[in-house]
Amino acid sequence: MIRRFFVGAHPVRDNPTKRPSWRRAQGALPQVLLLLLFFMATVAFAQAIDPLPFKDHAQEVRFQSLTRELRCLVCQNENLADSNADLARDLRHEVFNLMQQGKSDEEIKQYLVDRYSDFVLYDPPVKASTLLLWFGPLVILLAGAAVVVVTVRRRGRAAVTVANDKPTDEGDDW
Amino acid sequence: MSRLIPFFGFLLLVALFGFGIWWNTQHDQREVPSPLINKPAPAFVLPKLDDPAQTVSRDTMLGKPYLINVFASWCIACGEEHPVLMTEGKTIGVPVVGYNYKDAPDDAKDWLAKHGNPYDMIIVDREGRTAIDFGVYGAPESFLVDGKGVIRYKRIGPLTPEVIAKELKPAIAALSKEQP
Repeated sequence: MIRRFFVGAHPVRDNPTKRPSWRRAQGALPQVLLLLLFFMATVAFAQAIDPLPFKDHAQEVRFQSLTRELRCLVCQNENLADSNADLARDLRHEVFNLMQQGKSDEEIKQYLVDRYSDFVLYDPPVKASTLLLWFGPLVILLAGAAVVVVTVRRRGRAAVTVANDKPTDEGDDW
Repeated sequence: MSRLIPFFGFLLLVALFGFGIWWNTQHDQREVPSPLINKPAPAFVLPKLDDPAQTVSRDTMLGKPYLINVFASWCIACGEEHPVLMTEGKTIGVPVVGYNYKDAPDDAKDWLAKHGNPYDMIIVDREGRTAIDFGVYGAPESFLVDGKGVIRYKRIGPLTPEVIAKELKPAIAALSKEQP
């Protein structure tokens, strides 16, 4: 979340075309930049409104990677780490509290799955109902490969027959 | 014949995409199946809206089936659902417990005073902590809990006359059959 602020702040500095005019014009431009920075700062504040008292950096890293694997139920294409939804914040706090209680990542995931089903996991578990999801693409790939192999062989055989029938054929088709 | 194979492949794709479109119009894509169906409702202890000193828990509600309806004054879809509850709430045959979700009690009271109160009882979950145990991710949501405290049916989204007639009432009828 903080990173996004920096990503937003850099383009002004990174854009080389802005630099000369910035130095030349001592008038309005610095004020505009200041104003711009002010708005960026408020955006960053709005996103960093959710500070959690982590024990150490390792726990924060673990929290970040775990919440990135969990789906926000409200805006379903966002993960818990990125979502600004109210429920996502509540669930982040829930995950944080469970971490403080010494729960493992697996236990925390199970806690959420018990309440919100496998849907909260971005990585669906392999089980009977997800076999098609996991191995369907492989099956399709194998079927495609089989079709290619059969076709190539058949054409090869056909070409040999044609070559035997018409030895003078020089490939005019091409 | 072999020239027709691509055409059949095309037809197959058309059928697949057609099925996909049909499927998505039949189902709410946002709906997440609740893993709590046919499991005991989570233990809850929540204060009543009209008298916060009194609390209601899963155990005090045991014995008779009831419908929990998650609502909030800030929730727009709840406003759509509300008239349906006002007209049909009393006809479903079980008490309707309003579950005031992440709402200011005064806002909830104003809202009910303005639109009418379809609930037999209202419990308050201001922080939304218990709602997480219920797997609530949006309002309105409704849970049918049987006399043993087991969740038997869940509706995500507003209750409509169709949903009440086709899903909720049959579910309640099934309950009364097994509990004579």
